Amino acid sequence: MLEIKNLHVKLEEEDKAILKGVNLTVEAGKVHAIMGPNGSGKSTLSYVLSGKDGYEVTDGSATLLGEDLLSMDPEQRAAAGLFLAFQYPVEIPGVGNMTFLRTAVNAQRKARGEEEMSSADFLKLVRQKAKELEIDADMLKRPVNTGFSGGEKKRNEILQMAMLEPKMCILDETDSGLDVDAMKLVAQGVNALRDAGRGFLVITHYQRLLNHIQPDVVHIMSEGRIIKTGGPELALEVEENGYADLKAEVA
Amino acid sequence: MALPQAKLDATEARISGLSRIPGGAWLDAAQGAALERVLAMGVPGRRDEYWRFTDPAALNAPEAPTAATMTVTDEAPIFDEIDRVKLVFVDGMFDAEASDDPRLAGVEIERLAEAGKTDIHWARDVYGMLEARGQSPVQRPFAALNTAFAQDGLLIRATGKAGRHVHLVYLHESESSDAILHHCIKVEEGAELTVLENGPGAARFNKVMEVEVANRATFNHIRAQGRDHERRAMTHIFARLGAESLFKSFTMTANGVLTRNEAVIEFTGDNASAHVAGAAMGDGDFHHDDTVFITHDAVNCESRQVYKKVLRNGATGVFQGKILVKAGAQKTDGYQMSQALLLDDDAQFLAKPELEIYADDVACSHGSTSGAIDEEALFYLRARGVPKAEATDMLTLSFLAEAIQEIGDETIRDEIHDRLEAWLARRRG
Ligand SMILES: Nc1ncnc2c1ncn2[C@@H]1O[C@H](COP(=O)(O)OP(=O)(O)OP(=O)(O)O)[C@@H](O)[C@H]1O
Ligand SMILES: [Mg+2]
Repeated sequence: MLEIKNLHVKLEEEDKAILKGVNLTVEAGKVHAIMGPNGSGKSTLSYVLSGKDGYEVTDGSATLLGEDLLSMDPEQRAAAGLFLAFQYPVEIPGVGNMTFLRTAVNAQRKARGEEEMSSADFLKLVRQKAKELEIDADMLKRPVNTGFSGGEKKRNEILQMAMLEPKMCILDETDSGLDVDAMKLVAQGVNALRDAGRGFLVITHYQRLLNHIQPDVVHIMSEGRIIKTGGPELALEVEENGYADLKAEVA
Repeated sequence: MALPQAKLDATEARISGLSRIPGGAWLDAAQGAALERVLAMGVPGRRDEYWRFTDPAALNAPEAPTAATMTVTDEAPIFDEIDRVKLVFVDGMFDAEASDDPRLAGVEIERLAEAGKTDIHWARDVYGMLEARGQSPVQRPFAALNTAFAQDGLLIRATGKAGRHVHLVYLHESESSDAILHHCIKVEEGAELTVLENGPGAARFNKVMEVEVANRATFNHIRAQGRDHERRAMTHIFARLGAESLFKSFTMTANGVLTRNEAVIEFTGDNASAHVAGAAMGDGDFHHDDTVFITHDAVNCESRQVYKKVLRNGATGVFQGKILVKAGAQKTDGYQMSQALLLDDDAQFLAKPELEIYADDVACSHGSTSGAIDEEALFYLRARGVPKAEATDMLTLSFLAEAIQEIGDETIRDEIHDRLEAWLARRRG
């Protein structure tokens, strides 16, 4: 599904290398988790994959279902099936959440040569998905993320994911800022989307989320590299001992 | 003080071809007094402080610069779905054939040329009177010129709650038309009136609207200046607000090589409220100037200015806004905001926000900003699959939303929003 090979990334503005040879493959139907200390490059990886400006790829490649991600515009990546749930969802005052969702759904469909969703179908779907995530009608009417609480923003990201039905979902700290109940809702939302044709990359600091979203593979990222890969037990180890031992192992 | 010779010459040249509507005593006196004001002030020049950002040359020229007309076929006329009395002007002259029957419950509508012949008329206390009050402390020569030489106009008096909106449509059919139009509106105590306006008016359009809003009266104004790019427009609204009255005016401008909209508002009664707002967008040689002057001369009045402009490809936006709080105008609440979204490096926004306050118990704030599109928001939209051009338009509309939000009526608000959206979409192709 997602194949990242020897990815090197530096900041465009300064000579600062952030990713220093990331190798990672997420297969269809699998959930991979990435953990790692603050500043290790997890969000940068998600941004580079989704096409944010300001980063320069100096080496390596990233493909989605065999297609070269790095040469595409962000909107093309989205239409190709990539989705990033942002660590910090952006507030957009003046753009209604509903308008935004419908525009996004139909823009992707159009890019893929599919028919646009009718207003009626869209409304029905969005109401149903919103209900599952306990997002009320008022939140749908309000401007995108504007004035939303931290947890509401994260649930709104999952709603977008549910509506867009991407093939490859990257979740960047979607659990941070969530209360226990909201975490369960979000996990349910993710689990509902788990299927044989879809891959997940879940970035998190806490093992807790992984109790709800069982990962197949756990990676540890440190200083721009994946330094260890293992099963779900790796997350428990980090929870117990922190990153010091792991870092020492590689050093 | 005598005017410099050059200014005198320019003024003479400007008025030499103009003629006055023959009127009865009151109109004749108002025109005469206005002519004296014009001669004393002279037409504006680039050196005048008030015209630093907008070149008045095309407005001063003895003949109107030609402007191609535009036939719109890809959208229905604006406000068409609204239940209103439509009154049509073609190149600044009233066209009764094309207009609705002007009889309207709660409202009297007369043509200036006819009502002006009467000896006594309510408009005597409005026509040229609010304009004259608005000449100090800043001179507005084009408004005085308008009072002296207006060719047509309506006198509208609301005595109760108007049964329907009054809609003034200004068509532009001649490439060289030079229209001077003057309306007087009086909203009597407790009455309520909404005036809609749209259309380019003429190749060159000088329009004055004087609005007297009596105690506890409500006046609502929504105007759309759009699409006809080559026209030049100089408009003034002079409003005088009585106690507990409500005044609202919103202007949408899309295109236009030269537009200057002045709003001159005076609070004379306590506890009144005035909201003025504008959403403008243009490209290339678009030049758009909002000049606002609000005088608080009463207690506990609220004024609010919200102006937004979207500029690209060298387009210029101007905002000159002043809140003057006179001594004794305590508990004034004044808010002023002007913002420009610059979609490229060539566009420019020139702003001069001013506060002048002579009372001590007031709350006034103002802010003026210009900036580019929010890159974080743009990326967020693109990451959800919205193509860059479309995402930029969404953010552009969202930038304008705060101004559009100032329109109270939801139907009209939606229509203005949709027009602006369509304008952007057409541009995108
Ligand atoms: N645009 C930028 N300008 C400057 N520094 C940047 C930029 N983007 C990333 N960095 C730096 O790159 C490093 C990696 O940041 P990144 O946000 O990817 O870390 P992270 O692993 O997601 O951390 P956290 O767990 O705190 O979210 C940090 O040192 C960060 O300061
Ligand atoms: Mg991060």
